Amino acid sequence: MLQGHRTWVFDHKPVILSTGTVGGPFEANGAIPNDFDLLHSDLWLNQDSYEKAHKVLFEQACLRAIEKAELQKEQIQFLLGGDLINQITPTSFASRTIGTPYFGLFGACSTSMEGLALGASIINAKGAKYLLTGASSHNAAVEKQFRYPTEYGGQKPPTAQWTVTGAGAAVLSDTGDGPCVTSATIGRVIDMGLTDPFNMGGAMAPAAVDTIEAHLKDRNIDPSYYDLIVTGDLGKIGHEVSFDLLKKHGTPIQENQYQDCGLMIYREGQPVLSGASGAGCSAAVVYGHLLNRMKQGEFKRMLVVATGALLSPLTFQQSETIPCIAHAVSIEYEGGATV
Amino acid sequence: MSNNKKKLLTPVQQQYQEMQSQLETKRPVLKNCLKAFLTGGSICLIGQAIQIFYIYFFDFTEQTAGNPTAGTLIFIAMLLTGFGLYDRIGQFGGAGSAIPLTGFGNAVISAAIEHRTEGFVLGVGGNIFKLAGSVILFGVSSAFVVALIKTILIQWGGL
Repeated sequence: MLQGHRTWVFDHKPVILSTGTVGGPFEANGAIPNDFDLLHSDLWLNQDSYEKAHKVLFEQACLRAIEKAELQKEQIQFLLGGDLINQITPTSFASRTIGTPYFGLFGACSTSMEGLALGASIINAKGAKYLLTGASSHNAAVEKQFRYPTEYGGQKPPTAQWTVTGAGAAVLSDTGDGPCVTSATIGRVIDMGLTDPFNMGGAMAPAAVDTIEAHLKDRNIDPSYYDLIVTGDLGKIGHEVSFDLLKKHGTPIQENQYQDCGLMIYREGQPVLSGASGAGCSAAVVYGHLLNRMKQGEFKRMLVVATGALLSPLTFQQSETIPCIAHAVSIEYEGGATV
Repeated sequence: MSNNKKKLLTPVQQQYQEMQSQLETKRPVLKNCLKAFLTGGSICLIGQAIQIFYIYFFDFTEQTAGNPTAGTLIFIAMLLTGFGLYDRIGQFGGAGSAIPLTGFGNAVISAAIEHRTEGFVLGVGGNIFKLAGSVILFGVSSAFVVALIKTILIQWGGL
């Protein structure tokens, strides 16, 4: 299963049976509202705190994924998930409702692919028949923790990003029909010494580049093997920087095959500055929009590289730099699955 | 970046940061200054209108009209914050809406709203001055120092 230094190749081809995606009002107004299973018109989601609303987001994404796979909660063996809130309480509390055995993960915004990589490896090793993995974030709950109060009138620089209110979850299985998880590359923690928490894209770009290059090297393939290489939430600046860095290192990557989830979810004119971010960003875009496009046959092979900035408000105030990580997972459908 | 900080970085990090800062979108400083000037100026203009209103219609002098004017401005800032509009003005106006009295009001009120779900005592009470606390601390201490200098100059400087 291990190939090269840090890549898993899944011989038994774990299948993404179904997915569930939930979004908030800002996402409903965005570029891909039709790719969400459920959209909320209110940030509160009928709860009395944003943290509870955050929990409900993940809960609904999980339940919707289970429902779409025509399974019962009891048939799911494990749940792997995480979010950005202290002690990942929204995910843990949602798991209390769902009631399956649970692994809590923290990889900041890279949690979605961390979960998918680990989940696929458990399925591949016959450690489970059905397994649920996902990630979520809630704009107001996350901003409250990492930044200023939501209603505070501080000016954000053009490099800042908008935290997605959304959740995405997927049911993995060893049998069935659907896109297959074929390989995964686990990222190293990369720190380029950047300290500006309002420029996450710039801080995370080298981590994405490191993981992409490691993946291509371990699997001994060319970027052209993939129809799409998509990063998690680098935003405008991180996307440009990482593309330039890949070019500089001599990776023959094409501009039209290299995209970013953080630039897909919102439309022009929404006040998101450099793009979207948050654990729910890559989860909702990949499990909704991108898998839908894949099922429609638009492309067959994609590499998802979810990036995460492993900082906390405390480390930032103590003038520490921002360490970042990226995990890559390749998803293939139909023709690609037999390679 | 200061040289001291640069010394701690490896050559690879320095090289990357240089490349990154070239691609990074810069803050449009001149445009932001102009917007801040207009926003701050408008807030002060409204304040002036309120002050004249109090002097004209009520029994206030130019000296005593300050307090009700400040109160009214903070009340307006509170409403705008509660309706979720002040942060939008802040994104447009920057320092122009942060520096005047209304910005201080917004800092206090937004923190109070934000932590309401954690209860009145530990939530609202404990966090209401989260942002404004440093303004109060350093404002009061610098005022004390300035007052001390003024007193010394008047008492012994013969001003």
